[in-house]
Amino acid sequence: MTEPLLKVRGLTKHFPVRDGFRARGAVRAVDGLDFDVRPGETLGLVGESGCGKTTTGRMLVRLLDATSGSIEFDGRDITHARRAQLRPLRQDLQIIFQDPYASLNPRHTVGRIVAMPLQVNGINPPGGIKKRVQELLELVGLNPEHYNRYPHEFSGGQRQRIGIARALALRPKLIVADEPVSALDVSIQAQVINLLRDLQRDLDLAFVFIAHDLAVVRHFCHRVAVMYLGKIVEIGDRDDIYQRPQHPYTRALLSAIPDVTTLGPAGRIRLAGDVPTPLNPPSGCRFRTRCWKAQDRCATEEPPLITRDGGGQLTACHFPETGTISQDSGPVGATAEEVSK
Amino acid sequence: MVKLPEPRSGESPYLRVKDLRVRFDTEDGVVRAVDGVSFSVERGRTLGIVGESGSGKSVTSLAILGLHNAKRAAISGEISVGGRQLVGMPEEEVRRLRGRDMAMIFQDPLSALHPYYTVGRQIAEAYRVHHPRAGKREARGRAVDMLGRVGIPQPGKRFDQYPHEFSGGMRQRAMIAMALVNDPDLLIADEPTTALDVTVQAQILDLLEDLQGEFRSAIILITHDLGVVSQVADDVLVMYGGRAVEHGSVEQVLRRPQHPYTWGLLSSVPSLHGDADADLVPIKGNPPSLINLPSGCAFHPRCRYADRNGDRSRTEVPELRPAGEAGHLVACHLPADERTRLYQQDIAQVGVAQ
Repeated sequence: MTEPLLKVRGLTKHFPVRDGFRARGAVRAVDGLDFDVRPGETLGLVGESGCGKTTTGRMLVRLLDATSGSIEFDGRDITHARRAQLRPLRQDLQIIFQDPYASLNPRHTVGRIVAMPLQVNGINPPGGIKKRVQELLELVGLNPEHYNRYPHEFSGGQRQRIGIARALALRPKLIVADEPVSALDVSIQAQVINLLRDLQRDLDLAFVFIAHDLAVVRHFCHRVAVMYLGKIVEIGDRDDIYQRPQHPYTRALLSAIPDVTTLGPAGRIRLAGDVPTPLNPPSGCRFRTRCWKAQDRCATEEPPLITRDGGGQLTACHFPETGTISQDSGPVGATAEEVSK
Repeated sequence: MVKLPEPRSGESPYLRVKDLRVRFDTEDGVVRAVDGVSFSVERGRTLGIVGESGSGKSVTSLAILGLHNAKRAAISGEISVGGRQLVGMPEEEVRRLRGRDMAMIFQDPLSALHPYYTVGRQIAEAYRVHHPRAGKREARGRAVDMLGRVGIPQPGKRFDQYPHEFSGGMRQRAMIAMALVNDPDLLIADEPTTALDVTVQAQILDLLEDLQGEFRSAIILITHDLGVVSQVADDVLVMYGGRAVEHGSVEQVLRRPQHPYTWGLLSSVPSLHGDADADLVPIKGNPPSLINLPSGCAFHPRCRYADRNGDRSRTEVPELRPAGEAGHLVACHLPADERTRLYQQDIAQVGVAQ
């Protein structure tokens, strides 16, 4: 087995909450994550808003500092690397942002935006920077002649392509993509997903793909980690997660997605209530307040993220589900009646 | 002349929109946001209006509610709500209907609720505006009752809280309570779940369905999410560039789609089922500018089959015509048998279309 490119252990981020000057606890946005990403592999990080997926992405590229835990990239511990140490690292580790309107400087031309990473790192590619930038624009499906245009002259999908070209400029090994398609119209979304898939295959890129849309993740990722309130509740190969999910939350999440392939309300798992606040997460298993299988043990003892069958699928649950989700009739297991109890 | 699908039951549709056109004169030119759209919705039924940004779906709903600024927007056509003609009706009278007979649920409850007033007060106000003789206590009772009915726990306590004290899903419930406080016969929901997480979205969609069963209102659900439409809509209207391109029952439009744009939408959406490694088939290009709409069929620059009719797609705007089955309408120059063949050959295996 190849060495992982990215090794995350116990990654934690607490944002202190102050009441005037007094500390008043902390938002436990990310609370002890362990995962690996191998070279050329795409890991999907999914969950609802507030689960900590974006915070995790930002820590991976060191836009945020971790409270504790470690991030090892390409054999080096980068958790506390300084600015100067980080610079060479940034060549291998890039990020694509969600909002293609806010992440491009409106006063810079596209050429300048895409050239920036090369210039900052003092790289002079053979044939010159302009030639390399035009190659990159072509690679992401933009017209290289649009080099001198400004971001406002492009549509949302095209802007996202500019962001992708910028991320690719330094030929990175790993790209963190934070909701790269969720701001786009569906027809454009498919264009960008296909582009990312082609690039991933052709350039053998590793991705950490952060998204709330499980159908998109299924089309892009080799492995999937499901997060809930700052923790990974289940992680495994794509087919395991989508066909044989063990954690009740994963099942509920999959079941909640309205799928065009089923008309009318199907037999679904309905979760009651909202995600609790990360300021004061439930004791024991954090999902227990919305879980239909919760028992006393779930409140007192936090379930570890472990494998059930010796394979690569890890689940943090005291009472994991077994069995396959059938392809057309929705999930096996809990029915709506059970949930409403 | 566009023929409307016949109503299924004997009663006439509560909402009837005929040849609606909404135009904005701007410095850059005339924006034809809605360009001749017709549809109707009966009580107890849900019409899903689907389209991408700029397709005119939100402008249509705002026109029905009379929320366009008369100085900026030029509206023509007919909008009949419960037999009353809304286009050209004095603002004063529209205001009396709005909130009582027809109500709206907006996409973003945080910007639709006033941050300065308690949630309960805003709901009670919506009631008192249309029930001038109701006292404060009666309005409060009514608002608390509505909060309870949309599934907000401890409605009496929640009444006195401010919008920021509510979570996203709870805020959307409060919006729904406000929209339903006067038992409207027509409810327009513009992307009501887009800002919500999937598990909460599922709750809200269930709630809308339950409430429809209870109140028998006609619902228009505006969304870009075909999955949401497939769950809750009875009929579907697909819009592109301000025009209707396909219209029919949810079964017809999503299972036997006839318009290449609808095909494109279906094959663009990744699915939870089927082959995860197959490429999606996106629609090439970008949505059109409404100032400078392509000639003929507005979809022709992005359509894979536009060349099959000689110049027709470029020169002639296709009318919405019967597509075969009763009630199924499509605006496309392709002959019916050709459409069936192309769909089977190119689309049926891809994305959520499979």
